[in-house]
Amino acid sequence: MVTEMTSTQDRTNIQAKTGKNIDRVDGRLKVTGEACYSAEFPLEGIAHGYIIQSTIAKGTIEAIDTSQAEQLPGVLAILTHQNAPKLNSLKSKNFGGGYPGENFLPLQDNQVHFDGQHIGIVVAETYEQARLAASLIEINYDEAEPMFDLEQALEQSERYDPGERLQPSWGDIEGGLQQAAVTIEETYTTPLEHHNPMETSATTAEWHDDELTVYDSTQWVMGTRGMIARGLGLPEEKVRVISHFVGGGFGCKGFFWTHPLLAAIAARKVNRPVRLMLTRQQMFSSCGHRPRTVQKITLGADNEGKLTAIRHHTDTETSFVGDHAEPCGNITKMLYACPNMEIKHQIARTNTGTPTPMRGPGETSGTYALEAALDELAVKAGIDPMEFRIINHADRHPQSDKPWSSKHLIECYQRAADAFGWQNRDPRPGSMREGDDLIGWGMATATYPGYRFPTAAKAQILANGKVIVSSATHDLGTGTYTIMTQIAADTLGLPIERVKFELGDSKLPIASVSGGSSTAASVSPAVRSACEAACFKLIEMAIADNESPLHDYQAEEITTEAGRIFVKESPEIGETYEAVLQRHNLPLVEAEISPQDKGSRYKSIAARTKPGIVEDEGGSDEFAIHSFGAHFVEVRINPRRNQVKVSRVVGAFDVGRILNQKTARSQIYGGTIFGIGMALMEETLLDPHSGRVIIHNLADYHVPIQADIPEMETIFVEYPDYHLNPLGARGIGEIATAGIAAAVVNAIYHATGKRVRDLPITPDKLL
Amino acid sequence: MKHFTYERASDRTDAITQVAANPQAKFIAGGTNFMDMWKEGVETPERLIDIRKFPGEITVTDGTLRLDATTTNSQVAYHSQVRDRYPVLSEAILAGASPQLRNMATTGGNLMQRNRCSYFHDVSYPCNKRVPNSGCPAIEGINRMHAIFGTSDRCIAAHPSDMCVALAALGAVVQTRKPDGETRNIAFKDFHLLPGDTPHIETALEHGELIEAVEIPPLPWAKRSHYLKVRDRHSYAYALVSAAVALEIEGDKIVNARVAMGGVGTKPWRSPEAENALIGAKNNEESFIAAASAALEGAKPYQYNVFKIELAQSTLVQALLTVNSEQ
Repeated sequence: MVTEMTSTQDRTNIQAKTGKNIDRVDGRLKVTGEACYSAEFPLEGIAHGYIIQSTIAKGTIEAIDTSQAEQLPGVLAILTHQNAPKLNSLKSKNFGGGYPGENFLPLQDNQVHFDGQHIGIVVAETYEQARLAASLIEINYDEAEPMFDLEQALEQSERYDPGERLQPSWGDIEGGLQQAAVTIEETYTTPLEHHNPMETSATTAEWHDDELTVYDSTQWVMGTRGMIARGLGLPEEKVRVISHFVGGGFGCKGFFWTHPLLAAIAARKVNRPVRLMLTRQQMFSSCGHRPRTVQKITLGADNEGKLTAIRHHTDTETSFVGDHAEPCGNITKMLYACPNMEIKHQIARTNTGTPTPMRGPGETSGTYALEAALDELAVKAGIDPMEFRIINHADRHPQSDKPWSSKHLIECYQRAADAFGWQNRDPRPGSMREGDDLIGWGMATATYPGYRFPTAAKAQILANGKVIVSSATHDLGTGTYTIMTQIAADTLGLPIERVKFELGDSKLPIASVSGGSSTAASVSPAVRSACEAACFKLIEMAIADNESPLHDYQAEEITTEAGRIFVKESPEIGETYEAVLQRHNLPLVEAEISPQDKGSRYKSIAARTKPGIVEDEGGSDEFAIHSFGAHFVEVRINPRRNQVKVSRVVGAFDVGRILNQKTARSQIYGGTIFGIGMALMEETLLDPHSGRVIIHNLADYHVPIQADIPEMETIFVEYPDYHLNPLGARGIGEIATAGIAAAVVNAIYHATGKRVRDLPITPDKLL
Repeated sequence: MKHFTYERASDRTDAITQVAANPQAKFIAGGTNFMDMWKEGVETPERLIDIRKFPGEITVTDGTLRLDATTTNSQVAYHSQVRDRYPVLSEAILAGASPQLRNMATTGGNLMQRNRCSYFHDVSYPCNKRVPNSGCPAIEGINRMHAIFGTSDRCIAAHPSDMCVALAALGAVVQTRKPDGETRNIAFKDFHLLPGDTPHIETALEHGELIEAVEIPPLPWAKRSHYLKVRDRHSYAYALVSAAVALEIEGDKIVNARVAMGGVGTKPWRSPEAENALIGAKNNEESFIAAASAALEGAKPYQYNVFKIELAQSTLVQALLTVNSEQ
């Protein structure tokens, strides 16, 4: 065993298990139903809540008659603005201007700002009783004219000003257009969309005296704890938020919504634990959506295909009770080299619920419009769409002029194109056929920022040889449990069966929101550092211990592998972790590392550990950090049926080191499917008279099903990005959703010669 | 959910007697459509009489195919006699719902399926089907999925069934038994009612009248038949438009034709106009285009479903071309 060990260890190159197709460590729990989701905790004496929602989009509640409902058997309490406790403002400066979720407290007044607003909660012995009672509550409104037409709102409604950050420009846009040999100017629209995770949002709240425990389907236990504590006027340490499993989030569980507060005040009112699970219908008005966008894009290119001007104006919306800016132009300013740039966002307030990030907020809507427009310009310039993108490759960040931390986009184009067979494409629209079917090939670029947020973790090495590592992060079905277990196991040289990773509990070391594709990049280095720090404590104990074979060696001379600490140059000199602990009569040794820098999202959170063990190169403000990729799509369309079938998808992605091939591929598949849904079917419609959400179930809100999705080929060009973190990994939750909708619409153009600029492209739009 | 009582009926007579005795009682079999509406408060039964365990047989007598009301959609779709003799029926069933739903859903239940109008399914809106004379917000609302044939100023909801479109084309007969013991045969075209002034009355059934079976008359040339559905995704979506067609061809002439459409009518929409245009015509694309244009004559679209006219025509042409190309 000793002889198998490497004499020198490359500590920045953890390879033993990391990167492999390790099965999900929580897979068995999930398929056997043992995984306990937020609405499944079997608490004694639990009561059930049901939300009462407004059925108008704007107005005043004049009266609420709960008398009939109160008389129903089983009803324990009904809370409305007439009897709900006063809550404290959630406003905080900690979120960098924009407010996450709704800037809104439930049941504090009689004003209705959007359809489906939470205006009360019924608590009963059973869910069915609560729901029946809710249906018997009579509400009289003084209705006002809602503002929900986006065009009208942009002219007449209040605006939300997102600040200069979203309005960058440089060069001379008009001059650039005048230099252009070809130009296009087109408007692209995207509809209101909903996340629709499999698990609807749920909260179970339980009080013990003045302490509150909340089981909540959140992507951010620390944020939810802070919001609940603030809203209820409690110190944060009196609130514990647990989120062991999340059945998909996609952003709608990332920030704070009213249901956790409603569950908490209801539980206090009835003095019992209360379970509150939103219905599928309620998900369409309770926890955010992707807002509508109208994006006008003007592009110019010279005779060689070099872009001379990019103008990207986005009109979009937020609610009257929360600030959200869908930053469609954020990718435009960094994706291609162009001397003249103008990005604008106008945001009108409408009587809808508050929008929230949805898988690639801005990146997804923005790449759709930009990449569709680029295809139009490439066709007009007579240049192959992929070649056109290579011509305009941004070698440095176009706005900041910083070098990229690690960018291999051209290799993505080439490898995906080769795998797809792009060189066989006849560029003429409608030229490729098989039987009656028109075949179209389209491509687009994908990109997403490389985010890393401050994160802490704790590692405990137990005297029985097991290791427990923990951080208050989350697993949304993405694989966090699995990859963190792999990293801990690799760091300590242990089989994964000996490692347990714990997450989703605000009592654990702090982690940030699992959003912005940040979890893998943020938590991995903290986990590794914590494991190394714990191991270093063992080394220090051994060095100081004259019964240890390592006595009097220097820490720098010692390394670890396979559960042993030993002398690098003489691996036979060493001992197991257990041996050290048992000799010292200790049940465990533990180390917790904390983020040192809470400021910059890119900065290193280098571990507070000793040299020789931890090497954390950290991130750097010197570099622009982004992931990149290329989508290639084939569609088939029978011209009489007009139904688009996506028949092939090939993607290549430059996302840093892959921590687990299996979970990584699943992320890319999921993101791609998400974007195909956006391209072809997803749309939430508002009733044109009342402004109310009229599509609110999964029979009418279409997401792709098996028959819509072909085999997908995913290529990772693996270049570790050590400027983001010492594992070289960037997050991959969102990148595949960016660009895929454009690749689909570009393929549809190639098949049919039709440019549809209004998503989703349902059969009626191809007539 | 309102309190209700539930009982499994011992036989048909027992079931009919129990439902007839309570105006708020309903039969339940697969429940796949009913449960959705029940959970949303669209249906509020006081009493449910379960008939799902009644024998569900598929038999052939003198060429007539008989489907007991409690045969499941899967059972019918995959039955060899159905697949060989009436491909349009098998294809229509398999174009609907999902495998799990088809394993539960029954023949009788499919006939009783209610529409997918979003306003009907949301009790916070008025709806003439749910509450007679309360109004119809769909007429000037989101009506992309709605009907362009058979509408009234009270209701424009499209009939959602795929199976029923095939049954309409095949000229099926619905066999029922009434509470007084009388049995009757209802021609398929008379089974579903147009909304007119009474959109809440959807079928020819009396309260307590039970569908016992659906019979499909012998139609040897229906071997050459096809169901084509266009929808917003490739499975598990209601039809934007669909076409059920059968052709009998001798030489280069069409001697017999059946045409029905889904997604366009307030009931499964058989088109004698298209059939008349086809019979006697040559079996070529020109005839199919003429038939499709006859089929859509008189269609009355609303703001968001104008596309259905053109899409239904091209779908019909494609379905006829497909059948025509079969040997």
